[in-house]
Amino acid sequence: MSGPGLWQDTIQPGSSWSLILRRGRELRIEDVEGAANVAAIFYNFDCPVERYNMPDTLKAQHTAHLTRGFVLYSDMGRILCSITEDSCGWHDPLCGHNDAAAVRAKYGSSSYQSARNGWHRNPRDNFLTELGKYGLGLRDLTANVNFFSKVVVGDDGSMEFVPRNSLPGESVTLRAEMNLLVILDTGQHPLDPNPLYSPKPVRFAVRESAPVAPDDLCRLSRPENTRGFINTERYFL
Amino acid sequence: MVEGLLSPESAVYNEIIPAGEGWIHRIDAGQIFRIVDLEGNQAVDTLFYNAEDTSERYSATDTIVAQRNIYLTTGTVLMSNLRRPMLTIVADTCGRHDTLGGACATESNQVRYAIEKRHMHACRNSFLMAIADPKWDLTKRDITANINLFMNVPVTPEGRLTFEDGISNPMKYVEMRAEMDVVAVISNCPQLNNPCNGYDPTPVQVLIWNAPPGSSGA
Repeated sequence: MSGPGLWQDTIQPGSSWSLILRRGRELRIEDVEGAANVAAIFYNFDCPVERYNMPDTLKAQHTAHLTRGFVLYSDMGRILCSITEDSCGWHDPLCGHNDAAAVRAKYGSSSYQSARNGWHRNPRDNFLTELGKYGLGLRDLTANVNFFSKVVVGDDGSMEFVPRNSLPGESVTLRAEMNLLVILDTGQHPLDPNPLYSPKPVRFAVRESAPVAPDDLCRLSRPENTRGFINTERYFL
Repeated sequence: MVEGLLSPESAVYNEIIPAGEGWIHRIDAGQIFRIVDLEGNQAVDTLFYNAEDTSERYSATDTIVAQRNIYLTTGTVLMSNLRRPMLTIVADTCGRHDTLGGACATESNQVRYAIEKRHMHACRNSFLMAIADPKWDLTKRDITANINLFMNVPVTPEGRLTFEDGISNPMKYVEMRAEMDVVAVISNCPQLNNPCNGYDPTPVQVLIWNAPPGSSGA
């Protein structure tokens, strides 16, 4: 069971946010209006050269999507965070994020000078801005997770965005297994077919999480994850 | 399946990468780069960097989103993290290559197989040795999601990632044209714990040809 809320806030549409999420805390993200996308990257806050690794996450769990029971691996064989709750059922780890040129090509130009804070922002520049606040940059930007978005792969390898994957009020909860630098961005998914610039807001809450029990769902969901938890626990001895 | 037209005799570079070893080399814009799976079923973990600014590098996500397909084969443009073409696959006698499975590491081997497997040689150790000379301007933070040439990693419509037996055979090869000056980093995969190398890592051959006269290469 989760502890009391420590902190709640909203990330505005098309905006980014970074926070330190310590081991033993959890982050609940809620899609307020439906059809949100939250691009997320994760670093070991104590040693940021250890960071989320998309291939290690996929191949350890033989999956190309993320939901409750799955964990996010670093490149060092440790678990950054676990997905302990999820009403949505599918989060995309494959598709990365848009840059300024992609947003301009898809949605047209809109500068700060003309549109003030309603201008068209893009996840790439937002990520670089937040990374810069911690002394990190382009070399540190890796493949991100896109929470609330679904992309299915056909037998021929083709990729298809599935609209309406996330309905209003859907939420996902990430339990930090290490001290994390988390960077979130609410820009639209790269394969979102919506021709309009229409990113959505999300609410988040930081809470205390219960200790990871011996029979924890994420620990036991695969033998790989049991070993991943052993590696992670040894890191904190 | 598209075959290349070049003969090994005219290559300006022709070397063997022994099983389990790393390799790093510059390839100029316009040059043709071929990797040959000499004995079959050998995963070749490959990364590319802009030779002039290594913060620009091969990006798996940008490449698969640009072509809306997760498999790499003839016609695939390998895109950088700045969404610029780095190389184009111009010939491929294997038919499908992976870019989601990443490179094996001593740490990920612990997770995937057993905590006691940490001593076994792994690709990311070969990558780190290949880039150890400071002249390449690369460190661990530059090692990103790579290409696995000759590896077969299908994704199902239900969102499962599966490691299937290789579809490569002896002398299958893939050939690409550099669209910018790049540094290529290869780990000839030493993995013994799964069928990606048929449980028997073997050597591969790398060849480079100069840009054909009159081509658009720089």
